[in-house]
Amino acid sequence: MSMSKIVRTAADILFVFVFVFGFYIILHGHLTPGGGFQGGAVIATGFILLLVAYRIEDVTHLFTKKSFQNSEILGLSLFLGTALVAIGAGGTFFMNYLAGAGGLFGQAVPFGVNAGFLNTAGTIPIMNIAVGLEVLGGLSIIIVYMTSGLTMLQEAE
Amino acid sequence: MKQVLIYATLLVLGAGFLFMALTLPFGAPPFSDMDDYFIAHGQEQTGGNNIVTDIVFDFRGFDTLGEACVLFTAVMGVAVLFRHRRKEEDYEYE
Amino acid sequence: MIPIMDNFPFITVAILIILGLYTILVRKDLIKIIMGLSIIEAGVNLFLITIGYRWESVAPIFTNAPSLQMVMPTVQALTLTNIVIGVATQALLLSLVMTVWRYYRTADVRDVNRLEG
Repeated sequence: MSMSKIVRTAADILFVFVFVFGFYIILHGHLTPGGGFQGGAVIATGFILLLVAYRIEDVTHLFTKKSFQNSEILGLSLFLGTALVAIGAGGTFFMNYLAGAGGLFGQAVPFGVNAGFLNTAGTIPIMNIAVGLEVLGGLSIIIVYMTSGLTMLQEAE
Repeated sequence: MKQVLIYATLLVLGAGFLFMALTLPFGAPPFSDMDDYFIAHGQEQTGGNNIVTDIVFDFRGFDTLGEACVLFTAVMGVAVLFRHRRKEEDYEYE
Repeated sequence: MIPIMDNFPFITVAILIILGLYTILVRKDLIKIIMGLSIIEAGVNLFLITIGYRWESVAPIFTNAPSLQMVMPTVQALTLTNIVIGVATQALLLSLVMTVWRYYRTADVRDVNRLEG
């Protein structure tokens, strides 16, 4: 069920580039088009490329179902945690308490066209990383469950 | 009888959608006060250059919270439907 | 050019939704019914983005922007959410079709009619 040697080698090399490109889209979500959902979908496409080129048992030896589940749980917990910490630090639920405060992501941005600085926008990059982790775990675990369910259907015949 | 009903429904709905498509103004939306406020004040209140990401994660963060929960529920539903059946579990239909 | 061809995106939306409704109502295979639902969701996403367009405007991003006149950004946020919800719905629907196939051995909508109590 695995593909030929050319396809396997190309998938090995391409997976690294797809992973780095997806992580770049997630991290620069507040400066360029993109963000958490789009970058997570790109990285999930990289995992599905590995799943198409190799057999399902070889892929689940390296990236187990537990690791995808842990990534999704970590993403949703980080999202909710960032929203709940704002009750103590800022005042209301979901408030952007880091914008313009000079701390972690807190450089102030005046109105107008500028070249884009990475250190701005408060809690938005943290939420981008959290949603990116959740979407890549969620979409990959859907495909892994459906493929292993398909082999279960074929064994039952 | 059922075929006539299906095609009559499709004809009426098609006429309604085409009337909508030919009379809506394209390129000049009439009510745009909220979006003008978001474009004018998004950078000083949030600090991000991308106004769409500002709206998704800061001005309308509750919708993103609901959508993350919908994705989580769909993954749980798929995981429940594809569980392995062991010999002593008995939900085979008689 | 012709004043009626300015509304070409809206006419495409109408054609897409009518084609999706026709596929759901007439076809008898479960997979084709799910494809009809996917066509309707694509039409609705196109409608949402087309509503927020202004003449001679650019994308609402301030990094190296060529001009300060921008399109409406709120409907683009709604479209992002709608795409992810569509993916989740179709994943669950296809898993249900696989479960139906495991028990009935057929995917025809006219044969799936036994209700167990």
